[in-house]
Order: sequence, then structure tokens, then C-alpha cells
Amino acid sequence: MIKRSIFSNRFLPYFLILPQILVTATFFYWPALQGLMQSMMLSDPFGLHNRFVWFDNFIELFQDPLYLKSIVITLVFSASTAFVSISGGLFLATLANRALRAKALIRTCLIWPYAVAPAISGVLWLFLLHPSYGVVSLAIKRWFGVDWNPVLNGTDALLMVIMASAWKQISYNFVFFMAGLQAIPHSLIEAAAMDGASPFRRFWAIVVPMLSPTLFFVTVMNIIFSFFETFGVIHTVTQGGPGGSTNILVYKVYQDGFIGLNLGSSSAQSIVLMSLIIFITVMQFKYVERRVQYTG
Amino acid sequence: MVERTPILDTLTYIFLMVGILVVGFPIIYALIAATHPIETVSMVPMPLIPSDQFWVNMQAAWNKGDLGTQLTNSFIMASGITIGKICVSLLGAFSIVYFDYRLRTVAFVTVFCTLMLPVEVRILPTYEMAANLFGPLQMLWEFLHLDGIVAWFVGHDIEIKLDLSLLDSYTGLILPLVASATCTFLFRQFFLTIPEELCEAAKIDGASAMTFFRKIILPLSKTNIAALVVIEFVYGWNQYLWPLLITTNPKMTTAVIGLQNLIPQADDLPFWNEAMAAALIVMLPPILVVLFMQRWFVKGLVEREK
Repeated sequence: MIKRSIFSNRFLPYFLILPQILVTATFFYWPALQGLMQSMMLSDPFGLHNRFVWFDNFIELFQDPLYLKSIVITLVFSASTAFVSISGGLFLATLANRALRAKALIRTCLIWPYAVAPAISGVLWLFLLHPSYGVVSLAIKRWFGVDWNPVLNGTDALLMVIMASAWKQISYNFVFFMAGLQAIPHSLIEAAAMDGASPFRRFWAIVVPMLSPTLFFVTVMNIIFSFFETFGVIHTVTQGGPGGSTNILVYKVYQDGFIGLNLGSSSAQSIVLMSLIIFITVMQFKYVERRVQYTG
Repeated sequence: MVERTPILDTLTYIFLMVGILVVGFPIIYALIAATHPIETVSMVPMPLIPSDQFWVNMQAAWNKGDLGTQLTNSFIMASGITIGKICVSLLGAFSIVYFDYRLRTVAFVTVFCTLMLPVEVRILPTYEMAANLFGPLQMLWEFLHLDGIVAWFVGHDIEIKLDLSLLDSYTGLILPLVASATCTFLFRQFFLTIPEELCEAAKIDGASAMTFFRKIILPLSKTNIAALVVIEFVYGWNQYLWPLLITTNPKMTTAVIGLQNLIPQADDLPFWNEAMAAALIVMLPPILVVLFMQRWFVKGLVEREK
């Protein structure tokens, strides 16, 4: 798309777009290309010898039980994180939208965890859920009689990183749901109320369908967040442990590439992640286009 | 409200209070922990009444973690990313929307292909790139056997090594993260909503492209810029993976990374009070930015959806 009235200048537009292109080319296209090359190479840890092996790295990757386990963990992790944070955000936004007084104050009180870095959120939750010092873990042990120990138990560790990641995202989702809820025409709700629909009925029959575009967008963003940005949580809290039980895909790329120095495998994993995110983006754009047609 | 629902309204407020408490609990608890001396902070459970050691812990955390240096680094990195991204994308979007040139579509597609690819998926090659910025040139040089030509030209063998490392430097921390299409995309969307008449009027008055940009586009984009400043500052401040890779010198790391050294490990004395104090210090700047610029921030965040 372009404007009707435009400027004509031979060199200026190139000059203006140049910084963006340069940065994108050096830090995006070139590395992506290198990664693609590297993913088909077998190289020793010192980078002295390279051998072209076609798709061997990928084949090996998908036969590696550790990688398959990491995929399962990532799916469980991101689905639970997205579920907890989306339902939490939606719940709080619905309540806040019902509230008549102190809306601004409520919003302020719920918004600020957004600014907390994932890594710091990890530290805070580590303190709460720490097996010997955590107050929440004490509560779990006393009230539910569960022997809670995220340092030794893989499931507990996974629950801990899910909590730490979801907590931060609740406020992100809250902002979007608040905006979405305020965009729903009040006349629709009133009409439904006249027809005798209860507040709960109205929520499920009108608010949720009207929110579905927001819901979709937020789901995509949450999946991307839990796939990639949660690196900080994992690295500060569990380092992928215990026994690889929180070793999500993006952490494995780092571990295999920078600690294990298995460059070929790490690059292949990067390429897999890259294809995944391209797929998600394309799907999102397709959906967004359809939505535009729907609303006319 | 549509009808009177006193029970539901009371429940709404009760649940809201509970929700706010649950969401705020980790930070409130950290705040309390930061006021305790180590003897009480390691009691199980820790008493919920604040003690008086707040400043002592703050000071200890500040000195132990070298937070002064690291906060400065964080600040430089976050503002560098914010300013860089906004400048680059304002100009880029202006070029794409207000000019028609042969490679326009190519430029557009090139930039927008990168829309959603975070650093996390291309860490290794980007790291190599930062370790030697002239890597591609070096490769091209060797590929074309230019050294042979130069040797023939000069008359004797010379070895040319192009080497520029961005490791442990502010440029290295900032520049790779400036490469992002989201801001450009937002500005493009915004520019497309600016009425055509403004540009026509400016042209009739004899304004050049850059005058139009400075006098009309920039003032109109003020709110969008403010929103992006908040979002990108928080994004820059909270970066984790990239600073972790690119800095090895503790004088160059950011505060979020440095915090990790203060977390008590299994064999250490449990100085959780200091760790929490440090966590509070490190998370304060982005929280302040979000709270004080809340209106623009919400607007900017929601705008991303469109």
C-alpha cells in the first residue's frame, strides 16, 4: 500500500531505508544463512574442520530421545503457561470491567508485573517455592501433604517455571482483554439482558465470541513468549534440570551450542525453531486477513 | 451496569482484591524479605511483619552485586535499543510509505520477513557475527581470492585480516537488538492513516520530503513514539539471553544478568534478603516507566494487535 500523494526523489528513499536494511541484513539474514549452512555441517568443537553432511543433523536430532523429550516438555510447558496466564488475565479483566469504581487504580495494581523481567520473576518464585525457605512450598507441604521439592523432583520444577512464567504474562493478557472488553458495544449486552440472559450466560454467549480475535492474538503471543522469552526463567531457576525435566527447546539450543559446543546440532535446532515461528506468523497473518473480511 | 446484582457485585470486588493480592504477592513478599536480617529471613516460615534492615540489605546487595555499574550498563543498553529502534524504524517507515521507488517492495518484504523472529532462534550465528562484524567480508575476500590479486598488484605477499569484535561492548549489546520490524510495521500502519491532504498541502507550500517529515510526521507521531518508548525500554532492560552471551566481563553485564550471582546456591549462606533487595532494585526502573507512562503504554501495547 502506498499514499496517493508522494514525494519523488531519486536517492533519498534508499538513504532512509538503508539503516534498517543494513541492520537486518547483518544481524538477521546473514546469521540465518550461516545457521542454515551450519545445520548441514558436521564440525569439531574448535571449528577447525567442517564436513558437509546434508540433513544428517536433522535426522539425528529427531531420533534423539533427549530432543523428543524436550519437545514434549516444551509443549506441556507452553500450553500450561498459556492456559494459566490467559485464564487468569481474562478472569481479572472481566472482573475489572464489571467494577464501577476505582477502575484506574485496579488497572494500575494489575499492570506492573508486566515490567518485571522473566529472569527476575524466576528469582521471586524460586524464593517462594524454595524447598527449604519458600513460604508457598511450606503451605503446600502442610496443607496438601505433598513432598514438594523442585530441586530434586522434575514435575515440581516444571510447575515452578510454569508459575514463574505465567505470573508475568497475566498482566500482559489483562491489558489486552481489558481493551477488548471495552470495545464490545454496550447495546449488545443490554439487548441480551432484556431477553433475560443472566450475566454468566451473557459472558459465554456474547463476550467470549466477541473477544475471540483478541483471544487468538493473545494465545499466539503467549505461545511465542513461552517458547522463547522464558529462557531467562529457566536459566536462573533450574538450568534445564533436574535431569532435563525443564529443558525446553530454546534452552537446549543454548546448552548444546554454547556449553556442549555441538554446533551442527544446535544450528539444526535453531532452524527447527525458526521454521516453527515462521509457520505461526504466517498462520496469524492469514487469520488476521480473514478477520478483516469478516468485519467488512 | 445493566441490572442490579448486589451479590455478584460484592463477589466481583472480593475476587478482584484476592486477584490483586495474588498477583502482587511475590513482590510484596520480596519487599518484606528485603527488610529482614539473615537470621529471620531463613526462618521457616519467614515472619510477615517487616523488620528494619531494609537499607542495610539494599546497601549490601548494591555492593556485592556491583549494581551501580550494572544498572548503568542496563540503562545504556535499554535506552540505546529504544532510541535506535525508533529512529531506524521511523525513517524506514517514512521511506516505505511516502516514496515510490523500484526496490520499495523488495525493501518492504526484506524488513517484514523478520517481523516475529526473536534473537533466541538464531543465537549461535548472530553471536559469531557479533564476534567478528567483518566475517562476511572476510569470506567474500577469501572466496574471490582477492589476496592473490592484491599480492600480484603490490608485488609481495600480504595477509589482510578483517576483524572487528563487538563482544563486551555497548555496540554489541545494542545493535543486534535494533534489528526488529515491529516498530517499522507500527509506524507504517500509523503513517497510512495520516490524511493525504496534509502531504498535498505541504507539497503545495513547497516543503521538501524531510521538512514534511520533521514538521508534520514527527509531531503527529508523538503518542506512538511515547508508547514505543515504554515498550522498547522495558524490552531492552529485560533482555536476558543476548547480554548473557555477548558479555563475559562482569563490568559489562547488565543488572538482570548480574542478579543471578546473588541467588543463594545450595552450599551458600541463604542471603535471600540481599537477593530480594537486589531484585527489587533491578526491577524498579522498568516498573516506574510502565506506571508513570501507563496510558501510552496500554495504547501502544494494544496497537500491536492491529
